[in-house]
Amino acid sequence: MIAPRLLGSQSAAARPRLNRTASPLVAYFTPWFTIVLASTMPGWAYIASSPLMPPLGFLMLLAWRQLNPGLLPVWAGLPLGLIDDLFSGQPPGSGVLLWSVAVLGLELVEMRWPWRNFLVEWMVSGTIIAVYLLFAGVIANGRNPPDWLALMPPQILISILVYPLIGRLVARCDRWRLTPFRIVR
Amino acid sequence: MPPPVNRRTGFSRRAQFSTFIGYVVGVIGVFIGAVLLVIYAVDKTAFSGARGLAADATAPAARLTAGGRTAGTNIFAVIAGYFVTGAENARLQREVALARVRLVQAAALADENRQLKAELHLANSGSQHPVANAWLIASTDSSTRRFATISAGYSDGVRTGMPVVSPLGLVGRVLETGHKSARVLLVTDSESVVPVKRASDGLPGFATGRPDGLLQLRLISLGINPLKPGDAFVTSGSGGLYWPGTPIAVVSSLTHDGAVARVLGTPLASAFVTVQSIWNPIADTTLPPPPSTDLRSKPRS
Repeated sequence: MIAPRLLGSQSAAARPRLNRTASPLVAYFTPWFTIVLASTMPGWAYIASSPLMPPLGFLMLLAWRQLNPGLLPVWAGLPLGLIDDLFSGQPPGSGVLLWSVAVLGLELVEMRWPWRNFLVEWMVSGTIIAVYLLFAGVIANGRNPPDWLALMPPQILISILVYPLIGRLVARCDRWRLTPFRIVR
Repeated sequence: MPPPVNRRTGFSRRAQFSTFIGYVVGVIGVFIGAVLLVIYAVDKTAFSGARGLAADATAPAARLTAGGRTAGTNIFAVIAGYFVTGAENARLQREVALARVRLVQAAALADENRQLKAELHLANSGSQHPVANAWLIASTDSSTRRFATISAGYSDGVRTGMPVVSPLGLVGRVLETGHKSARVLLVTDSESVVPVKRASDGLPGFATGRPDGLLQLRLISLGINPLKPGDAFVTSGSGGLYWPGTPIAVVSSLTHDGAVARVLGTPLASAFVTVQSIWNPIADTTLPPPPSTDLRSKPRS
């Protein structure tokens, strides 16, 4: 019992689970926190001269809703979109509008086709991502000539390809969320 | 394959009610988004306070990544250096030889300029007052709009409208200020318009941002397009705001009514920027006084 502790090789799985439970705070707020973090982070990567980074916050929202639909409420797009608007550079309100519509759209897909496999999930989210990016572009440059459209395909492609990775990351977070590290007395 | 979520609320009034309210608020969110968009379209400054607060909150973390970003860029530059050093060295030596001659010419011109200004009784105080130095710490790289965040704000004396320059050229102007950070509208944004002139002969025009990170130059005088690839443009300072003579872009290709130009102070290359005071041509003491009435009423010969 002492040796692994001395070596510091105790993994989360090997940790004793007796008398331990997940923290309800962590269990509930992990999705919210990860999405807010993902909303703020793309801006730090580099100083851009054209849009290329995937909208990580939005991808995270889709991934959480697809992986664990009951966790985030249907209205989650409202507060999270509002926070995303503060960082994304889009006109305020564009995130609130598009994120709310996206969550409602996912909900519709779920009611209509309850049993889905990975490919269907990816196709659904890919379509939503492409539509989201195009509409975000329309909202941001509605009055300008449509030459920004030529820049959209690379970003859409990158976002769709990155989405499964975000899904894996969200799955990791979902496991970590329920790690029993709170000691019950 | 995950099992479908059980949406049956059963006989629980509470569960039925909360599910229903969830959908209602979800739909209300769509309308709130639309209303916010309309408010922003009417009043562009409506959300600047909230944005400033958000930028302030994330500024420390963004600042850390800015340092890492600079280091990362340097690493690539070092690796690239091993491959191109020889040719680069020869080219630079040629350029230095040319530049020495130009430097002598420039010194002579500056001297002549000083003499002419002295004859016109102009004060030689047209210096561009730096307000603050700052890091470019974040940008909107997933949106089609081009904003950046700098690590200096209201407490450093930064105010809305101040031009932001890098050693290479104009970067943009301050749009909103937070306490310790500010939001900059980059010159490559589609809503940014900068009055410019050709450095060689003062041919006036406007530089508008393009979504692909280049600038669209439009000339004020229409007619045969006099531009050539390689022409350098500087800010003209007309209308105030930007100090005249700040380098901004070099023409890369021609269009039918102007040209497409490459930005000199491209934000990728300029991590460190300077915020300047607003240029106010009315208050500028370096300008000659307006002609007085007795000059105008001089009898014609």
